[in-house]
Amino acid sequence: MKYVDEYRDGSVATQLAAAIAAEADPQRRYAFMEFCGGHTHAISRYGVSDLLPPQVRMIHGPGCPVCVLPIGRIDQAIRLALEHKVTLCAYGDTLRVPASAGMSLLKAKARGGDIRMVYSAADALALARDEPTREVVFFAIGFETTTPPTALVLRQARQLGLRNFLVLCCHVLTPSAIGTILESQEVRQLGTVPIDGFIGPAHVSTVIGSRPYEFFAEEYRKPVVIAGFEPLDVMQAILMLVRQVNEGRCEVENEFTRAVNRDGNLKAQQHVSEVFELRKSFEWRGLGMVPYSALKIRSAYAEWDAERRYALNYQGVADHKACECGAILRGVKKPTDCKLFATVCTPDNPMGSCMVSSEGGCAAHYTYGRFRERVA
Amino acid sequence: MCLAIPARIVELLDDAQGVVDLGGVRKQISLELVDGVVIGDYVIVHVGYALSRLDPVEAERTLALFASVELPGGAAA
Ligand code: SF4
Repeated sequence: MKYVDEYRDGSVATQLAAAIAAEADPQRRYAFMEFCGGHTHAISRYGVSDLLPPQVRMIHGPGCPVCVLPIGRIDQAIRLALEHKVTLCAYGDTLRVPASAGMSLLKAKARGGDIRMVYSAADALALARDEPTREVVFFAIGFETTTPPTALVLRQARQLGLRNFLVLCCHVLTPSAIGTILESQEVRQLGTVPIDGFIGPAHVSTVIGSRPYEFFAEEYRKPVVIAGFEPLDVMQAILMLVRQVNEGRCEVENEFTRAVNRDGNLKAQQHVSEVFELRKSFEWRGLGMVPYSALKIRSAYAEWDAERRYALNYQGVADHKACECGAILRGVKKPTDCKLFATVCTPDNPMGSCMVSSEGGCAAHYTYGRFRERVA
Repeated sequence: MCLAIPARIVELLDDAQGVVDLGGVRKQISLELVDGVVIGDYVIVHVGYALSRLDPVEAERTLALFASVELPGGAAA
């Protein structure tokens, strides 16, 4: 397939691996965080880590939208379906995320909740339009890539005067999460989790552009390279990061120029700012309360805001005691450091959110990690 | 849910909708977030919406960058 196969060429990967090995100084350590779940998935699936020399290590970041969704938000969605009897439309990945008291959206469905899996926000809107007797709530989650579609359906609902369509808004922002990781105690304590640079997200950056990362490069003295999702993109980005570290540079570089520019998708940004505004604070699974890290629906769209209509208050809920998702999302621990990994916690029976989506650190490692070969 | 691959526009429909070909599978998507897309363009599709158009010139440039990697010993591949 065009724009796919040529970025997966094995012989070029070998060349890039040789170049990384040649340029990475054996005397120093390089730890790079790939922020985005899509990169985590690509790195695990194509065994990119195995091609890297021992001094270069990849750390999985919190950029999997399902993994950072806190239990309290899933509880709200379940409450809407079971207590308020709405038709809840959700992206497929959210259905199996463990919620409070052993629940999940899937289990709520088995208990009679009208919970539908949708591929896009437009499907949820269409359902509300076609079935006006139903109260349809779209469970809107995700980073800057899923936010513009949610903004569009809210605008359409208002234009159409659809009163039976609502949105439970849980959209979060990438730059605040990166900032939180860099501010976190463990990360700041030099030597605990040194992060020498970031691979910047692919699709998120098509929307927000490369400009928002300039702050991190400057303020925290960390190089950032925005990369596409194919394995050669990731390897090229690692090479560019190694070069920045070697030369003492802290710049924003863009490997994914075929889809990302400095400004991003201005049309999408405009829709988003018309419909949403910043929340003062939002809880992330693994990162805790993060100030100004999420969006809420503006008062002009209050009639379509499920949180307001149903006066949903937010109740934080702690993760399973043994689950290390929080530390994994901050790059402090690896999936194999968790006692439950691959024993109690598997993709079929996830205990924590990192095991749910194929972009989660634990699920990616379970599915593609070398650990599998060992147990097989 | 962030996984998505570049898809080729094969048909333009009303209301900023389009049909893409994803490795032989046809799918209707929304083009509301991208301007000026024509048939034959490649777009990045995510949750049913095209987010950006792929620039063929930049795509070639990146491939050339991969190929220009210096191999140990100094010879360019
Ligand atoms: S293996 Fe399961 S319980 Fe352990 S950190 Fe990962 S998701 Fe949490």
